[in-house]
Amino acid sequence: MLDSVIFYFFASIAVVSAALMVTRRNAIHSAVFLITTLLATAGIFLQLRAEFLFSSQIILYVGGIMVLFIFVIMLVRLDVPLPQIRSRLQKWIALFVALAVGVEAGVVLLLARKVPGQGLLIPNPAPANQLHPNTEELARSLFGSYLLPFEIASVLLLVAMVGAVVMAKNRTGAP
Amino acid sequence: MSPTLHSIVAFVQAWWVELLCALLIVLVVPLIAGYIVLVERKVMADMQARLGPMRVGPHGLLQPIADALKLLIKEDLIPDNADQFIFWLAPVLSMTAALTSMGAVAFGPWFQVARDINIGLLFVVGVSALGPLGIVLGGWASNNHYSIIGALRSTAQLISYETTAGFALVSGFLLAGTLKVRTIVENQRNDHAWYIFLAPVGFFIYLIASIAETNRAPFDLPEAESELVAGYMTEYSGFRWSLYFLAEYANMIVVASVGTTLFLGGWLRPFPNVHWLGWLDAAPALLFAAVGAYCVFRAGKQPARVQSLFMWALAFACFVVAAIFALASPFSHLPLEKMHDGLYGAFWFLLKDSAYIYIFMWLRFTLPRFRFDQLMRLGWHILVPLALINVVDVSIALALSSEFGVNRWLAMVVTTAATLGAAMLLVRWNDKYSAAASAALLTDSSVAENSHAG
Repeated sequence: MLDSVIFYFFASIAVVSAALMVTRRNAIHSAVFLITTLLATAGIFLQLRAEFLFSSQIILYVGGIMVLFIFVIMLVRLDVPLPQIRSRLQKWIALFVALAVGVEAGVVLLLARKVPGQGLLIPNPAPANQLHPNTEELARSLFGSYLLPFEIASVLLLVAMVGAVVMAKNRTGAP
Repeated sequence: MSPTLHSIVAFVQAWWVELLCALLIVLVVPLIAGYIVLVERKVMADMQARLGPMRVGPHGLLQPIADALKLLIKEDLIPDNADQFIFWLAPVLSMTAALTSMGAVAFGPWFQVARDINIGLLFVVGVSALGPLGIVLGGWASNNHYSIIGALRSTAQLISYETTAGFALVSGFLLAGTLKVRTIVENQRNDHAWYIFLAPVGFFIYLIASIAETNRAPFDLPEAESELVAGYMTEYSGFRWSLYFLAEYANMIVVASVGTTLFLGGWLRPFPNVHWLGWLDAAPALLFAAVGAYCVFRAGKQPARVQSLFMWALAFACFVVAAIFALASPFSHLPLEKMHDGLYGAFWFLLKDSAYIYIFMWLRFTLPRFRFDQLMRLGWHILVPLALINVVDVSIALALSSEFGVNRWLAMVVTTAATLGAAMLLVRWNDKYSAAASAALLTDSSVAENSHAG
């Protein structure tokens, strides 16, 4: 009872502020509503006892990435609309993408209902006091079963970081 | 009874301790923040050989309450060109983040709101990462150049120093082997050492980073009075301004609590395992009795009758607290185990917190403000690499002592020496580099000027 109240509370906040984020004209307002969406999603993570996901969502997305977003929005002139954004094709592309995502979600939900236990919905969740600490579980699966993809992702991030340093490097020292 | 009401009643019955703790935090933290301001003014006055606030109440003890009243009845101004919605939202966001992050802090063995949350300190660090957002949005919404410069400075500073603080905390987490607040503290009892002694460099890096994160001098560039009026809160007045102010002091309590929990043994008495130091349990009662006696001594010397009455009341309160501590102490042999744990835990925890905050004040009135490039250089060229090296060295020490059976203290001393050596090298390289860089900058600009003139 209380669980579903909390879930629908966070879920409705997430959906409503996602809609507001798309419809606002002011970019900072959009950013604020995106932050609200991310926070509400983090709240759902916390309710599902995925505490590590909750804190990384907040530290990375809300604390890091969104602050940088706002930083950039504040520095860029947004009152001058870019010409390439006003393309006629954009509406149709957006419609197509939205339909594709909708169909994909519907198919996944249907499949998950047909094969219980194999899809997204877990039929018998473990009771709250018998869950393993999920920080440790996450570390085990990242550094155990998924070590190679994890390392590849870190190399990718490293490449991006080195690239940023090279691009930002001060070249005044060169003759 | 309807099912909704029933489930609410069941909820309250199951969680009343947590709800009470949350209520206590929300009610008491603003008051404590006000008194931290008073203590700060008193410490500043002491360091500058003055008396500080003395008029409102004996020794200025009612000053915070007078200030709060003044702020409440001040006019609440919103600039015409400000973004109304975000101007309203920003201070609320800062304050909410600061108070929420206090939820996972354990002020004693049972005084904690989110008790079995298994990310513990990470929750505190994560939620307090929302605070900068309030500062940035507030600075932007004010539509004022000083505000926006303050907001930009604060963003850059907080992102840089959060990285540092995170790595410094990792060295402590490695020693504790867990993120759970209670287990961290219990492990320090079982390891027979506070982690400040096992990872001293980590603690000092965290101390510096936490001062920078709370925007306090010498890192108070976002609100540098002499450059930016008041930085991001230039346009704020009255109660909104005081929300920012409260958030800053609540954040001080939060970072001090994180440092205390991870490095200073949390709510544990100093030397909890040493049996012959058991007399330390008498310290709280004796301390409060001594303060009460001092109040009695000062009561006769107050200039006004009201003030000496107030001093008598204060002395009485101190004696009552001392009596409660004495009753709950192990010497009284009363069956008050739980009360003893809670009271004494809170006492030692708050004592360590106060010491930590005192260091903040001490540094504020001793060091001049950094320049912005110095701040960035210290953060990225020295502290971040040093924190990384420290994490590696602490892991090496742990591996040496657990896998190869080297004495724990020997491993710790060797790796700390290695970290300090690396720190010296870093500083030396940085000096050389920055000297070269500024020389290059100088010649460059002079060349540019000459060519312009030519």
